[in-house]
Amino acid sequence: METLQNIAQGLLERGDVSMVIGYTPGTIPGKTKTIFARTPEAAQKLTFNENCVNNLSIYLTRQYGNIGEKPVALVVKACDARTVNVLIQENQLKREQVYLIAVPCNGVKDEHGVEQGKCKSCAQRVPKDYDALAGETPAPVEIDPTLRFKALEQFDAMSPDERWEFWMKEFEKCVKCYACRQACPLCYCERCITDKTTPRWIEPDTSTAANLSWHITRAFHLAGRCIGCGECERACHQNIPLGLLNRKMAKEVFDNFGYRAGESAEAKPVFADFRYDDKEEFIR
Amino acid sequence: MSQHKETIKHDFEPNIVAFVCNWCTYTGADLAGTSRLKYEPNVRIIRLPCTGRIDYNLLLKAFESGADGVLVSGCHPNDCHYNLGNFHARRRFTVFRQLLDFVGIDIRRIQFAWVSAAEGAKWAQLVTQVTNEVRELGPFTNYKRISELSFPYKELEPEPLEEVTA
Repeated sequence: METLQNIAQGLLERGDVSMVIGYTPGTIPGKTKTIFARTPEAAQKLTFNENCVNNLSIYLTRQYGNIGEKPVALVVKACDARTVNVLIQENQLKREQVYLIAVPCNGVKDEHGVEQGKCKSCAQRVPKDYDALAGETPAPVEIDPTLRFKALEQFDAMSPDERWEFWMKEFEKCVKCYACRQACPLCYCERCITDKTTPRWIEPDTSTAANLSWHITRAFHLAGRCIGCGECERACHQNIPLGLLNRKMAKEVFDNFGYRAGESAEAKPVFADFRYDDKEEFIR
Repeated sequence: MSQHKETIKHDFEPNIVAFVCNWCTYTGADLAGTSRLKYEPNVRIIRLPCTGRIDYNLLLKAFESGADGVLVSGCHPNDCHYNLGNFHARRRFTVFRQLLDFVGIDIRRIQFAWVSAAEGAKWAQLVTQVTNEVRELGPFTNYKRISELSFPYKELEPEPLEEVTA
């Protein structure tokens, strides 16, 4: 069995990759931080444990400029690998530009020991596609697939007005810090629609109406792309349940088109594709 | 001289914004006009090249700017001038209206239709139907309600003037 450190050290010694992006213990107990290991010695600092909540695939996006001539190695959990798949699907990088070191994951917790919502319904212990596996292949687990959208059930019983009140109370709190956008590995646009002023699609103030436009836009731009890593929700200091919006979008895309984001790097993105027999009972 | 029908007065006249494609529905609406078909005058038509061009932001802006209802209409499947635009639009709107429903906007206020260039009668009927439906729902007050909550749009009640006694 190869350890994470050995794999990373080997890669850097042979010069196969320019750097290894992974986790290292943080300064606060129960937290980890990102390490960009460029030397074999630095690779010894790599670690993986149940506190590694971050989705490191954001460092593959162009804004960070990490990808050069040589590939970059990335430590990935199953969910992070799905993000990488979406990035490849959307031509943000090529598969050969990234070396995926998979780590078996049994669910991650934040610094307070709370298991992340995404992990409760996740049955995938290792990614489908990887270059090296650090550790042993864990035994497969069975998880009820309906758990994935269980959080949405509370909204089915509500009337539109009740849902409106619920969301407006949440959106009222938003201060438009855009942490949700910055933390998201798939919000990689170099110029976000909310920063554009001609025309100004989203009003820049923090009134509830302007916040609503922003959150609808954010959710819809991630529809069929969001893999549910939950970074937006974790980044939100106002604790707006952004994950619910993303999950609702994932549910609609799955129910209507049978598509799940990030399952394969070769699949066409759901909104770049269509079927002649897509459902249209809502169209008159 | 022909007798004019007596017009019915309603308490509420909804504003409906229709986003239509240039090639089918706009021509269809034109046909309704040249055929002298009568339909409700509450609709404001915005012509765009294709339903595939209709950005969801346009629909949101319409609601934000005070529309009570929104209508999106274009070519029937397989009739798109650009071959595939309406197929892509169909996928997008399937999901988008569910998002509006999820945040609590009544999705009976946002209607979708296929109206071809030959279906002037269908257009007239559609607009009348949608107008009547939205009229029954009443004014769209959701945005007004949140504007009252929020800081920049808040209008302060004027302070009552002190009574001046002689």
